[in-house]
Amino acid sequence: MSVIRIIPRLDIKGPNLVKGIHLEGLRVLGRPEEFAEYYYESGADELMFMDVVASLYERNSLSEIISKTAKKIFVPLTVGGGLRSIEDINQVLRAGADKVCLNTAAIKNPEIIKKASNKFGSSTIVVAIEAIKESNGTYLAYTDNAREYTGVDVFEWAEKVQDLGAGEILITSVDREGTGEGFDIDLISRIAMQAGIPVIAHGGVGTIKHIIEGIQSGGADAVSVASLLHYETIKQLKSPIHTENKEGNTEFLRNSRSFNNIQSTNIQQIKGELRDAGIHCRQ
Amino acid sequence: MKEKLTVIIDYKLGNLFSVKHACDHVGLRVITSNDVEVIRKADALILPGVGAFGEAMNNINQLNLQPIIKERVEAGVPLLGVCLGLQLLFEESEEFGNQLGLGLLAGTVKKLPNVSEGGEKFKVPQISWNTVHTERVPWKDTILDSVTEGEYFYFVHSYYVSPKNDSEILCSTNYAGLKYCSGVMKNNIIAVQFHPEKSGEKGISLYRNWAKQNDLL
Repeated sequence: MSVIRIIPRLDIKGPNLVKGIHLEGLRVLGRPEEFAEYYYESGADELMFMDVVASLYERNSLSEIISKTAKKIFVPLTVGGGLRSIEDINQVLRAGADKVCLNTAAIKNPEIIKKASNKFGSSTIVVAIEAIKESNGTYLAYTDNAREYTGVDVFEWAEKVQDLGAGEILITSVDREGTGEGFDIDLISRIAMQAGIPVIAHGGVGTIKHIIEGIQSGGADAVSVASLLHYETIKQLKSPIHTENKEGNTEFLRNSRSFNNIQSTNIQQIKGELRDAGIHCRQ
Repeated sequence: MKEKLTVIIDYKLGNLFSVKHACDHVGLRVITSNDVEVIRKADALILPGVGAFGEAMNNINQLNLQPIIKERVEAGVPLLGVCLGLQLLFEESEEFGNQLGLGLLAGTVKKLPNVSEGGEKFKVPQISWNTVHTERVPWKDTILDSVTEGEYFYFVHSYYVSPKNDSEILCSTNYAGLKYCSGVMKNNIIAVQFHPEKSGEKGISLYRNWAKQNDLL
């Protein structure tokens, strides 16, 4: 088995780190740069920034966050959210990202995967697939943080993005995202089994046991985690929230609440338990 | 004394910012350039790279960089190769039919296997942290000075190098049951398959070692 990567995912809205449930209902958690630095120092194998609103106005603050972070953090940094053109991709790479993550633009115009992988190299292009399980049991890909229906079959799409030159697939179970109920193992394992390229599993992790399941039963090559780490990090950083900033719901943070079904842990603890379970990961 | 200049060779492929950030971080005076005259004046060269071997060589040839790189390396200028920059140093690659490389090192570039002998499936590209192990070249006073046997570095690649001379192998790595060369050293040339600039503080120490050992700071 290959060495498994643990990738903290930071959802960003304007200048803030946020977290929602099912990719919606965003709560402000703090400053992304501080979280990123903390995760880097505690052994994150990569970092992922996702701009969850991605309007033109907000894009400037994302670039600023990327360039500040890239100067201090020497592990791969993937940036996604609202990237629509080769020029958009070029901009975040110039700001210091190592890889970009495409979703909406890729479904609307699959050729962008081919163009981008030719121009920047396959290993720079991650395609995110936001999957929702339909009542008939099929999985369909959604876009725009799962707000837009596309009718595209997830497994066909996964095969196509690989043919077009994607270097990795980030598969999100929207039904599980932010719930702490664990990965959708059916979804993850089908994608990981069919893909010849690495698959990053995302959505639903509530405990370290869920991560182990995603790797051992799901066959994921990497796991993207957010809630599991963020709530513990808030306690560690005790970063004062920017009260002048009215960009999101900060009440959650001020009241120091967290979810009952999400274990609060850190990267070293996760890696320790992974190793105990016989999973190969970096110290 | 004149400040030493390191040039990152920009052959218009992939992203050079992380290499530049790492160089800045350790205090190297560094610029990225594909200007033959700038490269000629450099005290040290870095050959980075992400992307395809054939396209990289096409760009290098179009920019007329092959003669100057060879000339400077033969004149003893230190050269650090990273990832594709390691592969380009060899004679040829089997990527998309045979493609000729710079030929500064003897050997070829081959595709990573996607299945082990035991039938276990492996992903290609390898996008993963992986360990490096000692081979023929002792690590002391090389970029791997103070790196411990089995240290993890970050790898992203579909191809690997197979040097003709075992005596030039600096380190090796295992993937899909294959032990392959993940670093080489020959005189003033040193190159690694992984990305030290993406491998945490340990990776950064490789740039620092290289800068100090070549008196570039």
